[in-house]
Amino acid sequence: MKKLMLVGVVLLVAALVSTPAVVMAADAEAAVSSANTFNRLLQKPAEKNLPPAEDGIHDAENDNTYVLQPPKIAFDSLVRSDFGNYVDWIKSLREQKISPRTERMGGGEEAMIMDLDIIREVRGSMPNVVFPHKGHTEWLQCSNCHPDIFIPQQGANRMNMAGILLGQKCGVCHGKVSFPIVTTTCRLCHSQAKPEGWAPGKSAASVDNPWQ
Amino acid sequence: MKIKGLVKSMRYALIGGVLALLLPFSASHAEYGDVVINNYADAAGMRPVVFPHWYHRIRFRCKVCHADLGFAFKAGGNDITMEKIIDGQFCGACHNGEIAWSIENCGMCHSGIPNTPTQIHGSTVQRLVAPSYKSMNAK
Repeated sequence: MKKLMLVGVVLLVAALVSTPAVVMAADAEAAVSSANTFNRLLQKPAEKNLPPAEDGIHDAENDNTYVLQPPKIAFDSLVRSDFGNYVDWIKSLREQKISPRTERMGGGEEAMIMDLDIIREVRGSMPNVVFPHKGHTEWLQCSNCHPDIFIPQQGANRMNMAGILLGQKCGVCHGKVSFPIVTTTCRLCHSQAKPEGWAPGKSAASVDNPWQ
Repeated sequence: MKIKGLVKSMRYALIGGVLALLLPFSASHAEYGDVVINNYADAAGMRPVVFPHWYHRIRFRCKVCHADLGFAFKAGGNDITMEKIIDGQFCGACHNGEIAWSIENCGMCHSGIPNTPTQIHGSTVQRLVAPSYKSMNAK
């Protein structure tokens, strides 16, 4: 048995020495390729902005499905992003790639834009939230959010991410139509660094820990 | 009887397991924010409506529909009917042949795959808690 192992080791060393590094790497890859097939991203869509007939929601048997505008054609001239529709709607509006009406019939008054940032301190270690009224009033009017969704008073609105993810508060729009709630978008809201020297509060169980 | 029940429940468990496995992979690739509205369509023998948010926000700011026209921020929560539309409410405020195509182009809006439940495609709720999504939206 020992002899056999020895022979094996000798053979292995001989093989390693005689094989160029590049080939070795390729061999290693080939060897694990069948094991490493788990779809760890849970399968992102292979193609972005598919035409209606291929998007899995529109009925391909419906003639009118083929009359609808494919999103890719519409998005061609817009500013792109990495999530949602893969369109940066705020930039597209500000750079005047689009000019959405403020009234049903067009014309009318210009959007009343309010440039006021609301800062919400976050108890945990996540950066504080800066809510920009500017970007929101470019699309919406006050009554869309106030007072039904947000009471216009400092400290009157309690919220947390669990609720937002389930469609409350910011989640009434974000995560549905306005930008989605995914890892790459956290810092769009959580954008103000904590003050220097800030440390997360310790839980009582940690402070009172007799073994610490 | 007991064995029959057991077999039955096992079969359901198996089907459930297979469905759960398939769920993330059978997801459609429609646009983020596409709303399927199927309050009454299926029951009336029509395809469900697919409302493309992206198409409309290129042309209108949110406030036009969500403030001026009174659309609540809730998929399937507006109780839209064809009668209201021909009277100029909801979609009918624009889909009247003046601002946008008129309602005789049925299949332009009623273009969804039959039996697709009311939903906002690609929403966080749909991705995180897919099985309970339908009941959360039920009126």
